[in-house]
Amino acid sequence: MKEKILEIIGNYNKDKTRLLDMLHDIQNVIGYVDDESILILNQELKISISEIKEVISFYHFYSNEPMGKVNIYLNNSVTSEMHGRGAVLDAFEKECNVTEGSVSADGLFGLFPTSCIGMNDQEPAAIINGKIFTRLTPYRVHEIVKSLGNGIKIEDLIYEGDGGGRNSLPEIHSMVCNNIRRRGALLTHDYKFFDTTNNLLSEKSPQEVIQIVEDSNIRGRGGAGFPTGIKWKFGRKAEGEHKVIICNADEGEPGTFKDRVILTEFPEMVFEGMVIAAYSVGADIGLLYLRYEYKYLLNYLNGILDKMRDKHLLGNNIDGIEAFNFDIRIQLGAGAYICGEESALIESLEGKRGEPRDKPPFPVEKGYLNYPTIVNNVETLASIPKILTKGADWFVGLGDKASTGTKILSISGDCNYPGIYEVEWGTSIKDVLDMCGAFNIQAVQVGGPSGALIGSKDFGRNLSYTDLPTGGSIIIFGEQRNLLSDVVMNFMEFFIEESCGSCSTCRNMPAVLKKRFTKILDGKGVQSDIDDLINWSELLKVSRCGLGQTAANPITTSINNFRHLYDRLIQPGIEFDTGFCLEDSVKDSCSAVGRQPTLHHM
Amino acid sequence: MSKKIIATASLAGCFGCHMSILDIDDRIIDLVELVEFNKSPVDDIKKFTKHVDIGIIEGGCCNSENVENLKYFRENCDILISLGECAIMGGLPALRNGIPIKECLNEAYLDGPTVGLNTEKIVPNDPELPMILDRVYPCHEVVKVDYYLPGCPPRADLIWDALVALLTGSEMDLPYEVIKFD
Amino acid sequence: MNNTIKFKIDAKEIVAEKGKTVLEAARDNGVYIPTLCNFPGVPPKGGCRMCTIKINNRFMTSCTTPAAAGMEIESNTSEISNLRKGIVELLFVSGNHFCPSCEKSGNCELQALAYKYQMMVPKYPYSFPQKDIDASSPKLIKDQNRCVLCQRCMKTIKTDKGERYFSFSKRGSELEVIMDPTLCESMTDEVAQLAMDNCPVGSILKKDIGFVEPIGTRKYDKEPIGTDIDG
Repeated sequence: MKEKILEIIGNYNKDKTRLLDMLHDIQNVIGYVDDESILILNQELKISISEIKEVISFYHFYSNEPMGKVNIYLNNSVTSEMHGRGAVLDAFEKECNVTEGSVSADGLFGLFPTSCIGMNDQEPAAIINGKIFTRLTPYRVHEIVKSLGNGIKIEDLIYEGDGGGRNSLPEIHSMVCNNIRRRGALLTHDYKFFDTTNNLLSEKSPQEVIQIVEDSNIRGRGGAGFPTGIKWKFGRKAEGEHKVIICNADEGEPGTFKDRVILTEFPEMVFEGMVIAAYSVGADIGLLYLRYEYKYLLNYLNGILDKMRDKHLLGNNIDGIEAFNFDIRIQLGAGAYICGEESALIESLEGKRGEPRDKPPFPVEKGYLNYPTIVNNVETLASIPKILTKGADWFVGLGDKASTGTKILSISGDCNYPGIYEVEWGTSIKDVLDMCGAFNIQAVQVGGPSGALIGSKDFGRNLSYTDLPTGGSIIIFGEQRNLLSDVVMNFMEFFIEESCGSCSTCRNMPAVLKKRFTKILDGKGVQSDIDDLINWSELLKVSRCGLGQTAANPITTSINNFRHLYDRLIQPGIEFDTGFCLEDSVKDSCSAVGRQPTLHHM
Repeated sequence: MSKKIIATASLAGCFGCHMSILDIDDRIIDLVELVEFNKSPVDDIKKFTKHVDIGIIEGGCCNSENVENLKYFRENCDILISLGECAIMGGLPALRNGIPIKECLNEAYLDGPTVGLNTEKIVPNDPELPMILDRVYPCHEVVKVDYYLPGCPPRADLIWDALVALLTGSEMDLPYEVIKFD
Repeated sequence: MNNTIKFKIDAKEIVAEKGKTVLEAARDNGVYIPTLCNFPGVPPKGGCRMCTIKINNRFMTSCTTPAAAGMEIESNTSEISNLRKGIVELLFVSGNHFCPSCEKSGNCELQALAYKYQMMVPKYPYSFPQKDIDASSPKLIKDQNRCVLCQRCMKTIKTDKGERYFSFSKRGSELEVIMDPTLCESMTDEVAQLAMDNCPVGSILKKDIGFVEPIGTRKYDKEPIGTDIDG
């Protein structure tokens, strides 16, 4: 085994910035990262054992302990819960004889919860030995586990047929469905892939290309909304031995899955967007950071890069342009929401824990390996080739003034037709609900847990950078849902699970808020508890990154928009209650010594 | 002007905070001029004989009797003060808070190094005994507390300054040296 | 060319060398901005958020923000003091900080900050998390109950080859700073002493010694933290 590990380390030239790849490869061979491998890494890479464990323990999908021959990661996003996760979990626990969060006694099955895996329109979903299984039912679980027990390979269990579109290609062979339900400027097949690079790029100077992007007024589609043209301009100006273009495909905001569909159906446009970006800013290094949950697309995407190299769309003197040298490598993530934050993503690309960096300096000044770095979202980059071919005016004609173009929405929850909807910016929530067949709706979560939970009084508002901004996650909740105990609680647990922990407020405050929130849910709340939630949330605003700064949003936006749900839970006429219950607090000791509680002692 | 009435008690504490009250030295003569004591170990009055102005609590709640005593104080006092680390955050008794109560009891009565005489291996369970809480609770997690005077024990000067301010209705202006957690 | 810049903190004019952070410039000018994770000589990593300031209505950490000419910075306002006090309180309730039994009491920076902000009781509920104590090193005790995850040990205690004696483990509310089993097995007394000295709280302690300084003579018994800067 030692030879094999050494070979893996050798494959990456003992480069410790490639630690994530080494850990993936080791885990592929052994099933987890054992102590012996850590020792070899320690000797070969000259980093201490605890420094290696520091990286392993950061990422959800690495383990220093056996994870079961069959490891099952069952998604715990709110839509998964809404569509029967509880029964599916029970079935897995029973069939595999294991409790969630552990490995069965025979070492065969490991069953773990995992944050949103980008399948919100086909829940409940799970990752079983790296393969995605969607629309699980207890019956299906029974069949899967039985078949695995009979020695049937996991690949052969995807027997419903593949998921349509390119999911049926042998390189993907996945049951994941695209569910594209509305096509707009980006998703319409009216562009010949690589047309821009083949026919246009050599005629335009980098400055001219940037000008077109700037004129189109396209802003980052990941959620932050920074103008892409300006970012590229900074990148062009920045000086460095190398420059880097990164495509952020770490789509982790619960409820978004549009990047998954773009990467399945239009990866050529994403990669071409990267090539154009590289040409514009003068970059030579390209990286696409693919979230681990989309590992099933890895070989397929690498195949497309190979074809691009064959056609001289990557490599040296691309498109015959002298000294335009650029290539793209795909880095597989390992399970951490925070890596969607661009500086955390860069840390992860360097083989480290994905902890956000302090800004300044911004990545465009000092990014990957301290080179000037542009980080763009999948959807942003995919939009670029058409903008260049059709012109900035065409793009500006779509959407509204401050928010040009279209937005691809990932719609899930209580509606008849969950899936992908491309709409122009400026579309109202009401229209969105009509589009997807959503009736008797209580609330809509716009922009995922870090966005806002809004009610019917706001359904007339529009999706735009100036009204309701969104990275694309739209989760719909019908009248029957309990918004506080099911939705807000799920989101708070998500933030607690996914905090990197390196800054004090984000590490600690969400748990404090959850505690006070639970007190209210338990019927022990008083008016001042709601005030506490509002006031205490303020402290999160000094957090280092967006995750921490928005971690109280599920609570604060639900208080703003659904105050009546809180008021209903508050004890009427009582001003003060610590929530202390003598009966509950003596339960453990009475049962430990074997006595009945004798309350009202005095 | 009638004298203000004070009551004191030690719950899960060591009486160190009460000792620190006595540490105000000769100012205790001034104090007696200002106040009258009711239920307190200082005068050995066991039950409230009247409603009091200020209740001073030392110690947190580690068992049901502490809880009932504390509630009894809350009902009978206008102002309640948590005096010292144990009342404020559980103090040393709360070192057990991370450990399941069954383990604590086993260590104390069955498995620990000092259980030699407990040959019958009995964990006390008489219904007359107070019940142990799952963890030690700071007083303000059980009842409403109005003021906190930290320290282990709180400095006598802190107790004096705070009491005088409360009794005379003046602003509490506590110097740096008197607020300490040890 | 002039190598100095001028800016303002709470209306006081600060004159600083170019290239300094706001925090360094403030200190050089006798303005105390509280810190916990910052340590002179190693790169800052705005982790504790204590040195938060406000520039152009945005919260920034002064340890990571380069000073720039003309900045108008808010630091000692009631809003920011409340936030800083909130961070101290949050750290108290998120760990197990039993000051009366802690060897570092009186010399502890977290405690000193609580004194500075007159924390009589944290406004947040205590969590009493279950944490371990690692006494496996022959020289050191690492008490996770008291750790505030400041990373000072991680950044400052390294071997000649640059390997770290201390590292993070896990993430989020489960985050811990752990000792490297091999390196901490063979560490010298000097390194152990440095690790203890650089820890702002009582999480890293040298074995076999403690409670050396009597109450009354310790660093923060008489004077608030920061007095050496603005006193």
